Amino acid sequence: MHDLTDAFVELIRRAATQLPDDMKKAIREAKEKEDPGSAAAGALDTILKNVEMAREKSTPICQDTGTPIFQIYYPLGVSTRKLSDQIRKACAIATEKAYLRPNAVDSLTGKNSGDNTGIDYPTMHFHEWDEEGIKVQLILKGGGCENVSTQYKLPNTELGAGRDLEGVRRVVLDAVNKAQGLGCAPGVLGIAIGGDRGSSYIKSKEQLFRPLDDTNDDPDMGAMEDRILEEGNELGIGPMGFGGKTTLLGVKMGKLHRLPASYFVSVAYMCWANRRATMLVNGEEISYA
Amino acid sequence: MHKLTVPISEEAIRELKAGDPVSLNGVIVTGRDAAHKYLIDNFVKTGGQPPAAEQDMYATLQTLLKESVIYHCGPVVQQTDGIWKFVAAGPTTSIREEPYQADVIEHFNVRAVIGKGGMGAKTLQACQDFGAVYLHAIGGAATLIAESVKEVITVHKMEFGVPEAFWVIRVEDFPVVVTMDSHGNSLHKQMLEQSTEKFAQLIKG
Ligand code: SF4
Repeated sequence: MHDLTDAFVELIRRAATQLPDDMKKAIREAKEKEDPGSAAAGALDTILKNVEMAREKSTPICQDTGTPIFQIYYPLGVSTRKLSDQIRKACAIATEKAYLRPNAVDSLTGKNSGDNTGIDYPTMHFHEWDEEGIKVQLILKGGGCENVSTQYKLPNTELGAGRDLEGVRRVVLDAVNKAQGLGCAPGVLGIAIGGDRGSSYIKSKEQLFRPLDDTNDDPDMGAMEDRILEEGNELGIGPMGFGGKTTLLGVKMGKLHRLPASYFVSVAYMCWANRRATMLVNGEEISYA
Repeated sequence: MHKLTVPISEEAIRELKAGDPVSLNGVIVTGRDAAHKYLIDNFVKTGGQPPAAEQDMYATLQTLLKESVIYHCGPVVQQTDGIWKFVAAGPTTSIREEPYQADVIEHFNVRAVIGKGGMGAKTLQACQDFGAVYLHAIGGAATLIAESVKEVITVHKMEFGVPEAFWVIRVEDFPVVVTMDSHGNSLHKQMLEQSTEKFAQLIKG
């Protein structure tokens, strides 16, 4: 396998500066639905203009370039240690090129490493698969929306939420209501049901990699995704919390097995700047989606 | 759409209502955590009798802030041939300045504060008492806002670091929304009440 450092830099550049088409489409459609001249319509219009400018100038869509989270799918025989070294190197180069803002800070001293590498930073999840090539997906997860992401333990008496999909619906809507505009709404929700606290959060973030228009393999969860999307928007919080018809652009849900004793629901809130990109490596050939 | 141009009169501020989109124009100043703490410690707490070393800066800031705007922003900047340019200039979360903002508004006769996420009761009261508003910028729209910064006039207190310094900038058509007006209304409070009521309906039964 040849060195993929430069390819990773390009993957980061794409994620930081180009909003995926499905996100742009969703924001455009949302803008059409808002009342012309309203603060909500204005906010979405500003966002769309900003997205175009960032693409043209190849500058970050948002100045908070977030935590880079990589999902790496690789065939038997590939060294994950080499891949992770190359990814770390690529993060440092992308920081130098100003695709990423220096965002990795020592948790105790507060010192910024200056190059977006550090202890378990960036985040990488490796999965071996049966294909011959390598697939790498990247999401840049903003801090403002990470701060309103949350986890519930069911049952929750206050919300009357039991250990079923109805209970999940209640706590997720509670999370959306509590977030108001603070996660830079309109957002996308990744929801995970089950697992332990840690695996549950990871699963919820994995949902954010799904395209907005895909369908859940599980029809019950699929129906609940649609319902939460609709009801989340009925809350009327609107873009930036200005009020309006668009609070959520997408809802994606997954599940994990759990202990009989625990029932966690994790909600990963992603801002409108849902920056994700994919890279495929097949032999010498590298492509991006 | 309302158009505001610095210097802003109290009258113009009183006309604004929470929810109004505004296009902002003129010379404004960035300031976040270090800047607010500096203003309070040196000028507000000393009752306008700053230490000798800060006297010139006091006069400068008084002129700059009077009937003008403070923007909660830590910009990404670029310098070419001695000329500064804003590359990314999105708003930062405002609530961190809540302990300071009301006193700064009063002391310097500031007419507007720009940021994101809104502010608390003390700032809302100061807006009412002294004729000021809170303007919400679009979170994440860093490139577009940087484009509306037509000129970086100067920078003060660079020793605070680039994101924390006072950047004096001239903006044109900076898109914001009034979310806290000078009549005691907060769109943030209203929205939370409305959405919580709707939420209660959605989970009833
Ligand atoms: S929440 Fe998202 S859009 Fe908002 S400032 Fe953070 S990264 Fe940018």
